[in-house]
Order: sequence, then structure tokens, then C-alpha cells
Amino acid sequence: MLVVLTVMAGAYHIGRRRAIQSAGGPSQIKQLHSLPTYYGLYAALWAGIPALLLMALWTGFQDQIIISLVTTHLPPELINGLSDGRLGLLINDVRNLATGNIVSTAVTPDIQSAADQYMRLNTLSQWSMWAVVLAVAVAGLAYAWLRTQPQLRARNRVEATFTVILIIFSSIAILTTLGIVLSVLFESLLFFQKISPLEFFFGINWSPQIALRADQVGASGAFGAIPLFTGTLMVSLISMLVAVPIGLLSAIYLSEYAHRKVRAIAKPALEILAGIPTVVYGFFAALTVAPIIRELGMSFGLDVASESALAAGLVMGVMIIPFVSSLSDDVINAVPQSLRDGSYALGATQSETIRRVVIPAALPGIVGGILLAVSRAIGETMIVVMAAGLAANLTANPLDSVTTVTVQIVTLLTGDQEFDSAKTLAAFALGLTLFLVTLTLNVIALSIVRKYREQYE
Amino acid sequence: MNNPATNTTSRRAIDIVNASLKRRYARERRFRWLGATAVTLGMVFVILLFADIILKGYTAFQQTYIQLPVELAAATIDPDGNRDPATLASADYMKLIREALREQFPEVTDRRDRRLLTSMISVGAPDLLRERVMADPSLIGTTQELWILADDDIDMLVKGYIDRNAPESDRRVGDQMISWIDKLDAEGRIAKRFNTIFFTHGTSREPELAGIAGALMGSFYTLILTFLLSFPIGVGAALYLEEFAPKNRWTDLIEVNVNNLAAVPSIVFGLLGLAVFIGFFGVPRSTPLVAALVMTLMTLPTIIIASRVALKSVPPSIREAALGVGASPLQTQFHHVLPLALPGILTGSIIGMARALGETAPLLMIGMIAFIVDVPKGFTDAATVLPVQIFLWADSPERGFVERTSAAIIVLLAFLFVMNLAAVLLRRRFERRW
Repeated sequence: MLVVLTVMAGAYHIGRRRAIQSAGGPSQIKQLHSLPTYYGLYAALWAGIPALLLMALWTGFQDQIIISLVTTHLPPELINGLSDGRLGLLINDVRNLATGNIVSTAVTPDIQSAADQYMRLNTLSQWSMWAVVLAVAVAGLAYAWLRTQPQLRARNRVEATFTVILIIFSSIAILTTLGIVLSVLFESLLFFQKISPLEFFFGINWSPQIALRADQVGASGAFGAIPLFTGTLMVSLISMLVAVPIGLLSAIYLSEYAHRKVRAIAKPALEILAGIPTVVYGFFAALTVAPIIRELGMSFGLDVASESALAAGLVMGVMIIPFVSSLSDDVINAVPQSLRDGSYALGATQSETIRRVVIPAALPGIVGGILLAVSRAIGETMIVVMAAGLAANLTANPLDSVTTVTVQIVTLLTGDQEFDSAKTLAAFALGLTLFLVTLTLNVIALSIVRKYREQYE
Repeated sequence: MNNPATNTTSRRAIDIVNASLKRRYARERRFRWLGATAVTLGMVFVILLFADIILKGYTAFQQTYIQLPVELAAATIDPDGNRDPATLASADYMKLIREALREQFPEVTDRRDRRLLTSMISVGAPDLLRERVMADPSLIGTTQELWILADDDIDMLVKGYIDRNAPESDRRVGDQMISWIDKLDAEGRIAKRFNTIFFTHGTSREPELAGIAGALMGSFYTLILTFLLSFPIGVGAALYLEEFAPKNRWTDLIEVNVNNLAAVPSIVFGLLGLAVFIGFFGVPRSTPLVAALVMTLMTLPTIIIASRVALKSVPPSIREAALGVGASPLQTQFHHVLPLALPGILTGSIIGMARALGETAPLLMIGMIAFIVDVPKGFTDAATVLPVQIFLWADSPERGFVERTSAAIIVLLAFLFVMNLAAVLLRRRFERRW
């Protein structure tokens, strides 16, 4: 990588010098079609881009090719009758042996020789890659060198290349969405081949541990996601009950009533809440809020779980306050002053103006903001992972422990995983559900907000 | 207006208004009070959160040490007398500390009590002593008054987190040990000193040996790489979308996509990283490299949106002037518009980076959750990052980890504060009203 960059820097200088030279010295620069810099960039691009592309391809494919070479050289009696998974394990052993890691099975001479071959091919591949990449870089430079003449429209070519690069950059957003959809969809389809969608979306039992022994308790491998959905809904609902009134009222107060100085201090102070990492909220919820709620509940004679939905919901609500307040603030400020003036002229008090005129006028925007906040609450992970529980209870009691979709995704994917088991795939199915739900909410919310903005512009 | 009848009705209307005024004003006051309460409540939450974290965490910046006169006996450390590093490294330093401790308590002779006595010392203390002796071999053979790292239970006791009045069976530290500690304390042999281990060591199962150096370096590598990837891509994409893109369905699609990606739950990006980067491209898991790739995709929408706003705020006259004197469209952008928009773009990028620094959930998916003691030295070393370290410590049962978690949070918040401050200052310094 660094080598290629150095070659590119060198190519820039060579190309530049060559351009000046071909025009007949620095005094004759006017003969050139473009500024000398562009000839330099032209040469650098020719030297760099093909070489970098080749390097990326090489590193992408070298391992696969080497592995297949090594596999063909393994004695057939070792490979025959092995399933894909076993073969993968064997290959892993070879690789570990070659890189000096711990090997899971006994080292047989066959494996040892395979490992040696792996090492040999690897070093060979490394060296040949360097040689080929350098050769391509130099060849590109040479081509550019030959092409560099005063008539060459270097600027146009360089700019065309840059435009293409910009287009590629802006397409990455699409690729990301595509990547999300494909990766989640693909694994989810595998999951739905094992477990029917009906059972997943309407089952009321969630215990993803698949029994290793027949008599194991509590490990039935049930994938009914209803308890997760209700848990997610409950936590989100609690958080909204906290965030919407506080966020909305403080937005109204700050934009309509507060003195400019108060606003200048209070607004950024509230927005601090948005900048705090969620893991901090999780810690706060689990170690401070949950015990307080537990103590309070005990003093009223209530039985509170140590990981209650209430604690997670409350803290999540606090996290979302600035989200609601800054979005509402924007839409309230966008309501034209003439509407307020008209209301005052009819003799309404300030609060009547706000309640009867400003809020109805801003309502679509506010609803859009709240929908965005809901989508955030549903997708929030760390707070619930740390403060809500793992037990999939189907309950309406906020003092009980519930679990959410995001919690289950994390727990399913952070333990020991085999990639094909229903357990791992279930996480992707949950991820798909989560993605679709939040996407729908976002699309609706964003279109409402956008339409609303156009209304007053 | 001569008609007396209308006259009376209009008086009556005013009466109605007047009669309702008191009620309406009361409602006005109530409404206003409600708004003020909401703002105050929000502020109270901010203060509570910070107070809670700081009160829990500030003690972790100090660590309890026990001062002991340790005889660095040559016979134990270096029996051959040739100062061979291998011999020095493998010597039994615990024995030296143990003997020094027993000297303080000659009355303790029972085997079990002696073991209890030794448990007051951190299991990591011998390693620290070894480092010290290896750095300065001339210490061998002398007797030094050394500050020896205490066990986390002792640390908690000295810091007052263990209730001495609780029944002995409920305490992690027994009565006997408390009496020893009190004796040492009376002799001035117990002190809290600045906790350098916290900043220089990787994580550990023992609270007194756990530090954030590994996580900090992991965060550093991840963030650097994220910035290097997301800044050019983000600015390039914004430049294209704002200045060059034709208005057609494709660019519309990109725009909708960018806006939606900004609101996709972060954990979904973790799934993407797991399935695509690790599963498909085979990027090694739990490395800053794969973390940075995921973070890049996450921060891109933020940077693109901020950059577009910044580009939009550059007045068209600049572009027209540049085009007018013969600059090409690309020259106009790169030589004139981009430099003027750069402060705004940088502000947005710093805010995006701050968000990436605090992000945890997607990193759990891509294996950053592994227990890694070594401080990473590059982009492809297994590493963890600060927020994940906080998450892991918050899960640990030992009392000593509570304050360490809070301290790590304080460090994280300090970094975020500095980054946000930089963004604000940048905006103030370079903001231009056209």
C-alpha cells in the first residue's frame, strides 16, 4: 500500500516534469493544454489505480486459491467422506499450524506437509503480488509517460476520473442499504426454512437454546418472537411516556417563553443528553436507577425484578428527550409568526395561541419527530442489554423483567456460535424484523417532516 | 350604535370575557409553569447523571498501596550473581513480598492466617516488583521501603466502600484483616496514590490490575481508520450529490437512502459487518480494521448530511465568479467552494467521530467483546474499544469494577467533551455569514 503510494507520488513528479519538458521548458508552459499539475496527476492515476485494484483483488482471492491448492494436495483418503464442516476444521488446523497457533487435533505428517505447503504458497503469493503490483504501477506510469504530450487533454481526463470516483463514493450509501438487506434477508430465509414464519411471528414461546440432550429442562428451541415484540413495545412505550411530555413541553417553553439567555444555556445543556454514549446510560440504568426502583417498590410492598422494564424504559426516555425536543423545536420555529400574531390580535393568551394555533400547525412535524424517536427507542440496544433482562416474559407488568429484540440479537450472536444453527440465524431474522419496522417508521416520519417543511416554505 | 339593546349585549360580552380572564390567566400560568418544569427536569437528569458517574468513579483514580520494607535478597532473585535477565525474570518475587509482610506481623504464625495475610497483596504485585528490579538491577541485595499494590478488597475497604459494621459473614473482608489494615494504617504504611496502572495497563480479571490502555489504543486505531475512510468518501459523496448530480431517479434514491441510513439502528450495522465483512470478505474479527469499516458505514450519513449543509451555505456568487474567470467545474469546487465549506464539514465530521467513539452495540456483533489483555499495536491486532470495555466491566461482579467502570466512563466523556468542544470552537472561529 505504502509502496504504491510512493510510486504514485513519484509518478506525479515525473509526469509533471515530463509535461514541462515536452512543452519545451518552464517558459513554454503555455504550449500545454493543461497545467503541468494535471499531467502529474494523470501519471499518478495511471500508476496508482490499476495497481491498487489489482492488489485488492489479489488479497481478496489469494486465500481461497491457496486453500484449494492445498486441499488438492492433501492425500485423498484424508479428505474423502468428510463433510464441508469437517473439511473446514481440517483447513483451519493447517492454517493454525502454519501460523504457529494452537492446533485442535494431533499433527500428522500429512497435515504438517500441508501446513508447510500453505506457508510456502503464502510467501510465494506475497512476493509475486508485490512484483506484479509494482510492475503494473510502473507500466501505468510508462503508458502515461508516453501519452504525455502538449496536446494531451490531461485536465479533462483527470477530472473525468475524479467525477467517476465521486459517483462511486455517493453510491456507497446505496451499497450499504443493499448490503444490509441482502445479508439480513439471506440468513433470514435460511432461518425460515427451518422455522416457519408463522411460528416465529405468532408463537408466544421464546427459548432459543436447542437441547443437547433430550431431557434438558428449559431448552426446547422455541422461536416464538411475540414476547420479544411485547417487551420491546413496553420499553419503548415507557420511554415515550417520559420523553414526549418532557421533550415537547421543554421545546415549547424554550422556543416560546424562555428568555434568550435561558435558551442559550438550556438548549445546549439538554443536547448534552444526546451526546452521551448509550453504554453510559446502560450503566446508569443498571447500577443506579434499577436499585432505586427496586427499593421504592419494596417499600410499597411490590415485588420488583432487579432488571425491570421500568428502569430501562425510564433511562431510555431520558436519552430520547433531546431528540424529541430538538425536532419539535425546529418545527415550532418553522410555524410562521403571522399565525401567532393573528391569534394574539383576536385576544388569545399566549398559552391559548400555542395550544390552539401553533401546536395544530406544527402537529405533522411533531408527529414525524415522535415517530423518529419511537424508531430510535425500538432500535436502542445498550440500555436494554444492560438494564432489561434476558427472560422472555409475556407480561404487561412494567416491574417485571422483559427482553427485547435487540437484546436477543446481541445475546444470540455474542456467545459461542455455529453459523448454521437456527439460533444464530434467528438473530438475523430478528434483525430483519427490526430493520423493516424502523425503516417503515423512518420513511413515514421523514416524508411527513419533509411535506410539512414544504408547506411553509 | 344608538340601539340600547346592542349596547347591553356588547357590555355583556365584555363581562363574559372579564369573568373568564382570571381562569384563563391561571391556565396561562399553569402552562408556563409546566414548560419550565419540563426544562428543569431535563437539566436535573443531566446533573444527576454526571453527579452519579463522577461520585462513583473519582475514587478509581487513586489506588491503595501498602508500604513494606522489602529485602530484595540476592539469594532469591539472582542466586548466580550474573544479573542474567532470564534469571531475574523468573525469580519468585512473591516470596520477597510475603516475607516483608510477615515481618510486619510476627505474631501471625498459623498457616491459614498467613495465607490470609498474603491475600492482602494483589496477585499482580510481584510482576510490578519484577519490572522495577529488572529496570534497576542495582537494587538487588538492598532493603527498600516499597509501595506494594494492595488487593482490590483492601482497596475497597480503605476507600470506605465496605461497611465495617455489617456482620462479618456479609463482608468480603474479615475482622482479622481489618485489624491488620488498621495497624498498618496507624503506622502510616497505607496510602492512596495516583492510579497509574489504570492508564498504562490492559484489562484484567483483577480490578486493581485492570486498566484502559488497551481499550484506549483500540479506540484510537478504530477512530483514525474510520476518519481516513469516511471523511474523503463522505465529502466526495456530498460534493457529488450537492453540486454535480443531475436531478434524476438515481440521485433521488441515493438521497432517500442517506437519510434513512442515518436513522437505521446501529445494531443492524453490526449484523451487516458480521455477515458481509467477516462472513463474506473474511476480514479478521475483533480487529480495529473491521470495527472501522462498520463505523465508516455508520458515520457516512452524518458526514454527508453535514457536508451538504456546509456546501449549500457557500453562496452561488463564489461559484459563478470562479466559473466566470474560466475555472472548470471541478476546479471551482476544489479550489473555491470546498475550502470555504471546510469548517462546516469538519465540524460535522468531528461530531460524527464523537458518535463513533461512543458506539457500542455494533461492535459487540463483530467480536470486539473478546477479553483481550494485550495493548493492540496495529490495525489488525485483536482489540477492544473504550465503550465495549465499559460494558464488559459493568458486567463484572467485583465491587472494585464499579468505580473503574465509572472512571472509564469519565475518561470517555472527557474525550467526547474535548471533541465536541473542538467542533463548537471550529464553528465559532470560522463561521461566516454571507
